[in-house]
Amino acid sequence: MTGAGTGLDVLLFVAAALRISVPYTLASLGATFSERGGVINIALEGIMLNGALAYVLGAWWSHDPWIGVGAAVLAGVATAALHALVTVVFRADQITSGLGINLLAAGLTKFILTQVFQSSSNSERVVGLPALHIPWLGSLPGIGSVFDAPLVPITLLLILGGHVVLFRSVFGMRLRTMGEHPEAGATLGLSVGAYRTLGVLASGVLAGLAGAWLASEQHSFTDGMTGGRGYIALAAMIVGKWSPWGAAAACLLFGAAEALQIGLQGSRFPNELLQMLPYLVTMLALAGWIGRAVPPRAVGVPYDPEDH
Amino acid sequence: MSTAPLAAGEPVSAGARDPRRLLLGVAAPLVAIVLALAAGAIFIVAIGQNPFAIYGLMIGESLGTGYGLGQTLFKATPLIFTGLAVALGFRAGLFNIGAEGQIYLGGFAAALIGSAFTGWPPALLLPACILAAAAAGGAWGAIPGLLKARFGAHEVINTIMMNFIAFALVSFVGRPLFEPATVRTADIGAGAALARLSDWLPALRGSPANMALVLALAVAALAGLLIFRTRFGYALRAVGLSAPAAAFGGISIGRTQALAMTLSGAIAGIGGVNFVLGYKHFFEMGFSGGTGFLGIAVALIGRNHPVGVVLAALFFGALSYGGLVINQQVPRELIDVLQGLVILFAISAQQVLERMSRRLA
Repeated sequence: MTGAGTGLDVLLFVAAALRISVPYTLASLGATFSERGGVINIALEGIMLNGALAYVLGAWWSHDPWIGVGAAVLAGVATAALHALVTVVFRADQITSGLGINLLAAGLTKFILTQVFQSSSNSERVVGLPALHIPWLGSLPGIGSVFDAPLVPITLLLILGGHVVLFRSVFGMRLRTMGEHPEAGATLGLSVGAYRTLGVLASGVLAGLAGAWLASEQHSFTDGMTGGRGYIALAAMIVGKWSPWGAAAACLLFGAAEALQIGLQGSRFPNELLQMLPYLVTMLALAGWIGRAVPPRAVGVPYDPEDH
Repeated sequence: MSTAPLAAGEPVSAGARDPRRLLLGVAAPLVAIVLALAAGAIFIVAIGQNPFAIYGLMIGESLGTGYGLGQTLFKATPLIFTGLAVALGFRAGLFNIGAEGQIYLGGFAAALIGSAFTGWPPALLLPACILAAAAAGGAWGAIPGLLKARFGAHEVINTIMMNFIAFALVSFVGRPLFEPATVRTADIGAGAALARLSDWLPALRGSPANMALVLALAVAALAGLLIFRTRFGYALRAVGLSAPAAAFGGISIGRTQALAMTLSGAIAGIGGVNFVLGYKHFFEMGFSGGTGFLGIAVALIGRNHPVGVVLAALFFGALSYGGLVINQQVPRELIDVLQGLVILFAISAQQVLERMSRRLA
């Protein structure tokens, strides 16, 4: 293999890793908002799944992918609102609520699929998001074409925006207060429940977008198509130390693991072992392979004003 | 039995001697089931069917005939195992979401041993298969347990990752072993087969209910003894109620949690024998079909108590078989929706009822 060929291979690999990391990054950014506000969001998997089906339904009925994206965001917000209702209003256990929502989403999407497409495993083919050429990023050698997918530059902007909102705005400071020390926020006269709900809803928008990306890339919905990405995104948030840039970097790592898996398909390496790669990398990362992290102090603890 | 100062504040303990607490413990799951069925009725109406007719059909078919009852018992059997597995984890403050992978590997291991040593006598082969199932599930539970104990790694995410790895591992190890052009192993030896319950109860004739149910009830009884009547069970509950307090009392949190996850995995693993040794007599890919995840709902509705788990498993077993019966009129995916709703309603109702009872007190 020539040097130029190897260079191109590396760029192709980076491009693949970038593309694959998009849904992880969106969901992971969402998880960051939710957990910074004090609510663990295992429901990301179900939110993504509902978002993916909503994209397909929207795009199928309207033949407009952007209507699909809108539907995915709405479905994501609605699913997240259910999580907020159970965890913030009823103050029930956050992990159990998330798992319940994931089971509900797995069943609901199949139920709707049978009603609309007469199949519990896949939908008809729908339009994907169109390519848009971004003037400067799009001309980068090798990886420029990645930015033609409109959700890629949008994701980059969301990471930047997420960082600014979380660490440079009054809202972000207050949201983080609710995750670290909700009593302090309540003492300032702020509504702990309102901020926590907004954090969860933000994760609904972002994980819904992640679902839209998956469905748009695949041009269809298939049963269980999120394949654990919601959980991996949550792991990425932990590895990324509850910060947007950290989460994005961790997602790029998981994207690289998956790109490696796809790249090695058809090689002598057994495919079944390759399938384990993203999950193994996640476990290694969580075991502190990339350093330890401290979660927001009050994350996972329901806030009950009657206790104070 | 240890004297238990910590047990005073326990949500629902073995005896639950306070009748108010017991009532509260039973009320929340029942409210959740009623609300979930009511929500399910909306789905049934939405697709133009009569919910009373559908639910009536489900109850009649899953409980009203000997065959249907046998099917319900068969569906309930693995749920007792996975429900106990999740409940044991919950008692130690851990979420074992990996029961799906554990029961899957348990069934696979039982089939490997059962089909490799077909010549062994039943007295040797049957226990060997059950032990293999327990060992495989236990190993799969031990890994996230040790990662939690050693590195503080989130067991929820790790057990879910282990599920995916288990599916891939079985297709890798199994591929050269599977029967040509299938995804199933060879048949197990006759000595490894669990007898059908209909051999003693002719009313259940035709149903696949088998001795794995008796094994499940025995494991439930043992789990009850372990949790409420042993030193380890005390440590387990103490860690689950308050890890720092348990540590202050001289209990090793890491060791207790790692051991709890191993036991939890082993119990889920044994659940695999219901299908493999009791029904088909071979392992087939995808046989677990969500029983591990459903174990979470079983444990919640059963309030993490062995008796509650058995009752909840019977309910969800009836629901699973009922879902197959109504599939002509209503997609059986409705049952998956109901499972998720039961979980959400159960944890919400629990909070609301506790709040109400505190106000009344």
